Amino acid sequence: MSWNDDTSGPRRLLSRRRFVEGLTFAGCAGATLWQNAPGAALPAAAPATLSGPQLELLIGPLAVNVTGRRRLATAVNGSIPGPALRLQEGETVTIKVTNHLAEPTSIHWHGLRLPSDQDGVPGLSFRGIQPGQSFSYRFPVRQGGTYWYHSHSGMQEQTGLYGALLLAPRVAEPYAYDRDYVVLLADWTDEDPMTVASNLKQQSSYYNFQQRTLATLAHDVGRAGAKATLEDRLMWERMRMDPTDLMDVTGATYTFLVNGHSPAANWTGLFAPGEKLRLRFINASAMTTFDVRIPGLALSIVAADGNDVEPVTVEEFRIAVAETYDVIAAPREAVAYTIFAQAQDRSGYARATLAPREGMTGAVPPLDRPALRSAADMGMSDMAGMAAMDMTSGVSNADGVDRQRLAASPFVDNIAAHPQSRLGEAGAGLDGNGRRVLRYTDLKALKPDADGRAPVRELEFHLTGNMERWVWGFDGRKFSQAAPIHLRLGERVRFVLINDTMMEHPIHLHGFLFSLENGREGQLPLKHTVNVKPNERLSFIYTADTPGYWAFHCHLLYHMEAGMFRTVIVA
Amino acid sequence: MSWRPGRLALGGAALMLGMMAPAYPQSAGDEAQMAMPFGDPMGQQFFSHATLDQFEERIGAGHDGLRWDGEAWAGSDSNRLWIKSEGFAGGGQVTDGQHELLYARPVSPFFDLQAGVRYDLDSLAGRGWLALGIEGLAAYSLKVSASIYASDAGHLAARATASFDALLTQRLILQPQIELNAYTRPDSARQQAAGLSAIDAGLRLRYEISRKFAPYLGAAYTRNAFLTGSGADQLRFVLGLRAWL
Repeated sequence: MSWNDDTSGPRRLLSRRRFVEGLTFAGCAGATLWQNAPGAALPAAAPATLSGPQLELLIGPLAVNVTGRRRLATAVNGSIPGPALRLQEGETVTIKVTNHLAEPTSIHWHGLRLPSDQDGVPGLSFRGIQPGQSFSYRFPVRQGGTYWYHSHSGMQEQTGLYGALLLAPRVAEPYAYDRDYVVLLADWTDEDPMTVASNLKQQSSYYNFQQRTLATLAHDVGRAGAKATLEDRLMWERMRMDPTDLMDVTGATYTFLVNGHSPAANWTGLFAPGEKLRLRFINASAMTTFDVRIPGLALSIVAADGNDVEPVTVEEFRIAVAETYDVIAAPREAVAYTIFAQAQDRSGYARATLAPREGMTGAVPPLDRPALRSAADMGMSDMAGMAAMDMTSGVSNADGVDRQRLAASPFVDNIAAHPQSRLGEAGAGLDGNGRRVLRYTDLKALKPDADGRAPVRELEFHLTGNMERWVWGFDGRKFSQAAPIHLRLGERVRFVLINDTMMEHPIHLHGFLFSLENGREGQLPLKHTVNVKPNERLSFIYTADTPGYWAFHCHLLYHMEAGMFRTVIVA
Repeated sequence: MSWRPGRLALGGAALMLGMMAPAYPQSAGDEAQMAMPFGDPMGQQFFSHATLDQFEERIGAGHDGLRWDGEAWAGSDSNRLWIKSEGFAGGGQVTDGQHELLYARPVSPFFDLQAGVRYDLDSLAGRGWLALGIEGLAAYSLKVSASIYASDAGHLAARATASFDALLTQRLILQPQIELNAYTRPDSARQQAAGLSAIDAGLRLRYEISRKFAPYLGAAYTRNAFLTGSGADQLRFVLGLRAWL
């Protein structure tokens, strides 16, 4: 099950070597940089923290060496991740961002409630920050909690332009802790991200080295019998789909990072036994969903997407791209604990350590078996009774399409016949794994809903795609083919999402926190990103109380770039 | 009346191109501009790839030679330009040289309609054709294509291909493949018979050192209904390379 034994070329996990920048980026990062020896141990330091109301960020190229090969990354103030920014709720902050790259850049403040012209999406909020130019963001901080920031330009999210955004709430958190650590998860590739996108266009299984083969056929026959195995395989072949398609970009090219450290470099957070640790998990990946656990420690989830929830204790949680979870853990013994974050497809993992002293390591658990997609993921299950809710009257499709129209789109390869609520499931590869895993239905906001009004309008979106063509969109349309969504200012609206595809999509709405309708009536959890499972129908409510142009998109970077993006206009 | 089939094909091609206008609206028109008031900085929408599917030495029975079969495309998800080329170089001449330039559009989730021109260019007499075809992934992940052609000499032709990738392991892949060529009239200058004129079938076992670089070995069977003697039916050992970029 070693994650890298079937990837192209020898891949060594050398320690991450950080190149210390010169006085200025000067557009030629490599030339003036001093380089550590290969494999040198790194001090277990979190990225620098800047506190605010007045901050300056410099975006520039940075030569890095994650895997043994030297590559150019995109850094903020010379580090990857960028510095953690601590801002105070109630203050108005000014953040001057200067672009030392040769291409336009931007910073988006993920999950923040702010004026749309400060949201940092080129094309929507502003024109982006041109090379050599600066842009001063200025906005009042209206919330507390764990958020993050990242580029919204090109593929810079993939090449390192992300960091933690820690908003100190006006009122102290309702939970106590002795130490506060950011655990920022990310995926790194030595390939040019545009090459990755292009490879997927040509061959969608390019990075999947866990496909079914003749070799695995023998295994399956032994387990399930010849008839069932053959029938199952023929069904998937007939559909031209692949049940091993769990992630589009995998450990075949990715090295998974914690706070910029590869598994070998092993970022370490220190503790004294008996202390309570606040771990702020942020998934800043471009494409990777992680399943996180710390063997030996109970994890008390106290906040999701920056918003406090009634604490729920789990052994493991899934964190989709762009989500954040705040976790309280209380190690009692003076031993090393491993933070183990498996990629959803088990093609690799991110790893870090909590220890009383530097240099201690805990056991790294083996990777679980990768899951297989099921007929239920395809919407072919017999639960026809559940389909009734799909026909809720009053819901209108955002693009005025129905199933028949969708089926006419060449960019739709599957339409869920009976989409269901799956919020009570932990997700592919987690349900039934013997561990107590967080589910969306576990999330209950600590505070009652601020706005309990019923929505006046319901808009439905099908999440659609074509795996073979590698095209993604809403309602069978790529962004380039679609009209914006219009909302009236102050309107309370319900978005209904139906996932017709065979993949999870972490759907993110800019500028608002929405109430996920997970059955916790009166205390619906507030989120900015929700991971929609295959064949799932879910909904969320929010009040369109901030005017402007807002992005609404899948936060899998390559899905967004392939067209899974919409503009929401509130006016 | 040798122009007739050509004109027929031209009319057919125009009709099919008309059919390429999608049933599903591909653009939101003026309103789309509103989606990005500050210009559209969305990612790259144009891609291109070139694949050399067969690049192999065919060895056997005094008919050794080099066979190639490749294609390249460039464009967006909705509009692509294709170049295809295949041929065989052996015995001091090039035969079976077929080259196509096609415009393609998706017409269903798994199929593209392709229209354009084909030119047969090799050591034999040259022929120009209008081309119209469909290509995609059929059920059971069978890669298929079917094309019809109308020549400047008033001939009609058809070609069908199919191939399947059977994964033995993650990197060892067995690919059965077949190509059929048919013509309405014999053409001795091109060594073509009327009816099913040529079959080119193969079974290749490749090892993907990387996705883009895979040496292979296998066997190729060719049949040319025009030829007689040892050249008519041939089963040859092949050693080659599949590569794309």
